[in-house]
Parts: sequence; C-alpha cells; structure tokens
Amino acid sequence: MPENHLMKPNRPVGFAGYGAYIPQFRLPASEVARIWTGGQGGLPIKEKAVAGLDEDVITMSIEAARNALARSGVPASEIRAVWVGSESHPYAVKPTSTVVAEAIGATPHTQAADWEFACKAGTEAIQAAIGFVGSGMAEYALAIGMDTAQGRPGDALEYTAGAGGAAFLLGPAETALCTIEGSYSFATDTPDFWRRANETYPEHGERFTGEPAYFKHITTAAQSLMESTGTTPDDFRYVVFHQPNTKFPLRVGKDLGFREDQIETGLLVPEIGNTYAGSALVGLTAILDVAEAGDRILMVSYGSGAGSDAFSLQATGLLSARRSAAPDTLSYVRRRTEIDYATYARLRGKLVTK
Amino acid sequence: METSRHWRLRQQRYALVGEVCPSCELKIFPPRDICPDCGNEARTIFQFSGRGEVYSHTTVYQAPAGHTENSPYPLAIVRLEEGPLVTAQLTDLADKPVEIGMPVEMVTRKLRSDGERGILVYGYKFRPRLARAEQS
Repeated sequence: MPENHLMKPNRPVGFAGYGAYIPQFRLPASEVARIWTGGQGGLPIKEKAVAGLDEDVITMSIEAARNALARSGVPASEIRAVWVGSESHPYAVKPTSTVVAEAIGATPHTQAADWEFACKAGTEAIQAAIGFVGSGMAEYALAIGMDTAQGRPGDALEYTAGAGGAAFLLGPAETALCTIEGSYSFATDTPDFWRRANETYPEHGERFTGEPAYFKHITTAAQSLMESTGTTPDDFRYVVFHQPNTKFPLRVGKDLGFREDQIETGLLVPEIGNTYAGSALVGLTAILDVAEAGDRILMVSYGSGAGSDAFSLQATGLLSARRSAAPDTLSYVRRRTEIDYATYARLRGKLVTK
Repeated sequence: METSRHWRLRQQRYALVGEVCPSCELKIFPPRDICPDCGNEARTIFQFSGRGEVYSHTTVYQAPAGHTENSPYPLAIVRLEEGPLVTAQLTDLADKPVEIGMPVEMVTRKLRSDGERGILVYGYKFRPRLARAEQS
C-alpha cells in the first residue's frame, strides 16, 4: 500500500462561485503558418484567443472575479484573500491582486498576492485558498489563474499561446456549488520551459517538453490522486487537464484510461489556445456550466519547471441554480472576432513604433 | 497625470462607485459630495450597476497624449440606467456599428500607461452587452 499523500483540509471546502473570461479576438493557427512556414505543416489547434489593446491579466481577472462573485452571492467584503496566478503579470513589481481586489470591492480587509509557477500558478492559488478556508482562517478566499501568454514570433508556441482564465471563490463546503474532496501535488526540477528575468519571450526544451515533463507529471499526479481517493477513471463524469495543444490532453487522458466523452467538455484549447495559468481552470468552468449534482470531476494542471496539481471535485445541488447568475464560458468562446497576423502583431505590441 | 490623482480616483474609475443623495435619492456620478439637484450634502456611497445605453458617440482619430497607441477608438456618452450621463470609451465592438440607444455594460479596462516606466491606469469603459450562448 503506497503512502497516502492526499491533501485534505480539516474543514470541508468547495467552490462558492466560479467565473471565466476569454477575450474576443481569435488568431487562426493558419495565419501563423501563412507568415512563418508558407502555410506548410500541421496545426496544433484551430485558433487562439488574443487580448485586446486595453486588456491584460488585471482586467481579465477583474471580469472573471466579478462572474465568480455573481454566482456565489457572497459580498466582496467577506473575502480574506485575493490571489492571482499568472506568468503575464502586467508589472514586474506591483501586485496584480491589489488592483483586482480594489476593483471588486474586496479591499482593504484582505490578503492579496500574486502567484507564479508557469502554467499551474492558478491551481496553486486554489490549493492555498483551500488551506486558508479549510483551516478556518478565512470564510472566503478568491483564487484566479489568468494569462496573456507570450510566444516568440515564428516559434512553435506562437500558434497556441492564448489569453484567458478563470476565478474561483473558495468557501465552506456546506454552501458550495462544487465540493473539493482532496488534492495531490507532484513537483520535480525539470527544465522544460523558462523565461529569464527581463526577457520578453520564453524558451523551451523542444521534445523535452513531452515525456519527462507534461506526461510524467500529469500521469503521476492523476494516478496518485485516484489511488489516494480509491477511485478509477469510471468514477468521474468529467476530466480536465492542462491543455498546451489538442494532442497532449487527449493522449494523457487515453493513457490514464479516460474516454473522449469525459474529456471533450473541458477541452477548449482548439478554440481559444493554451491559456497557461488559466488553461485547466477555464476548461473546468465549461464543465461546471453543464455538470449535474453528484457528478465527479478530475482536474489536473501542469506547470513547466515542473509540477502538477490534481483535484477531485464533486458538483452539488446548488450548482444548477446558481450558474446562470453570470455568463457561461461558451458565451465567451463564441464571442469571436477573427484577426489577421498584422492586427495580432499590433495588439500584442510586436510592432516597433519608436 | 500625477500618480496621486489616479490613486484618489481609483474606486470610481475601477467600479463606477458614485453617491446617492439621502434627501432626494438622486444617483450621482462622478461623486461630488453635494447633490447637483437639491443642493444637500450627498456622501452616501452608491454602487452603480454598470448597465446603460449609448446616448451619443463619436470616433477619436487625433488622440490626446497617452492614448495615441489605441487610436482610432470610439468614445461615447452613456446614460446609466440609474440616470447619470458618463463619458467613456467603448470597447469590444469588433465590426459592430455603434447606435444611439445601444445597450452597453461597464467593464474595467486599461485606459493608458504613463509612458514605458510609469503606472498603468485602469478604469471603466463600456461594451455591447454580452450575448449568452445557449447550452447545446
């Protein structure tokens, strides 16, 4: 019998509210191929979401947080922590979280902090919030994963580096829309992807990003969580993984023994790209938009560097009544304005104007 | 604009926080502490819903300093559903034409940056109300 490393708070915790945000612009992957490969080669996704000139992780987090609060019905003044996980914080030094907290009305009696861990900064914030609420230190804590991801022009990541994410208000399980059975984390020092200080674009270890990084960490985290909770893939109605492209989450799901119909509801990457710290989380919001009471959901994030956080979740009877209090995730996915590479270059600040 | 002024205006700018007159119940934005209607003191905080409609609009091509990177951009006077008229940029229009009476909602967006090294300034803009997708 393996040692049980499941992380569970003393007091049961769940999501009191959840909310997504995805910007409206879409850059088709075929546009990137048109510019850089003469249209040759396979495409990892259909298109990716791109933030507008007036959007960044702060503004996107504010809207997702407002959606989460609307679904919860909890006054912002009762929030004791506002935590934002991202690798695209607008400032190098000055918190994203204080602006978000101010805008939603959570200031001043609150903790506020920014989290970083490549693509899993958001799920880390959720785990910390589980601890905050689960220990009784706070009644409510807000955790957000949001990114406007960077991709060097012409690099493989430029096809997929998207924008979007989600916010989750953690609170007591008794009044939650979805409860958290437990979580498990798996982390090692694996140099598959990084961005040095003051660099604009990240570097990645080519094929090294697959087997020893994404697959190893997600598979171990998911299997360990299922072992610790005595569950199998058949116990889950839905599963959502970190989604760097369409192929990886489908393959890791199949390797773990999940069927495609368990994966597809939360698989948004073909239409919005890889939203980094928001990737698994925004997929989870699409699942919560349709899940029924009692449905179990497995979520596994992945962050380069590297680590995975796995969560076992269960929808409650309150979910169906509360979800219509904010726009569903599909509304954001379908709010779509296609742009060409030139407009993309302008929106993402890739043009030198002085 | 100086940092202190951005800081002073943050709540009204980020979230449309205004005032309501305790005497005549007029909703006031921006907050001015004196009711423009009855002249009594009005310091009670009021959170506007953010919903309104376009009262009038134009497009800015010759943008003032700090906004040139965004031009051209639509600018509107919005009638909030609680009454006040607010001047603000419209956003997320895509190719949608602006029409007088168009229902809009407030979003908090980046208004400008104070140069490469200065602070980022956030505040209200309005966008067409988000259409809800029907679950299939």
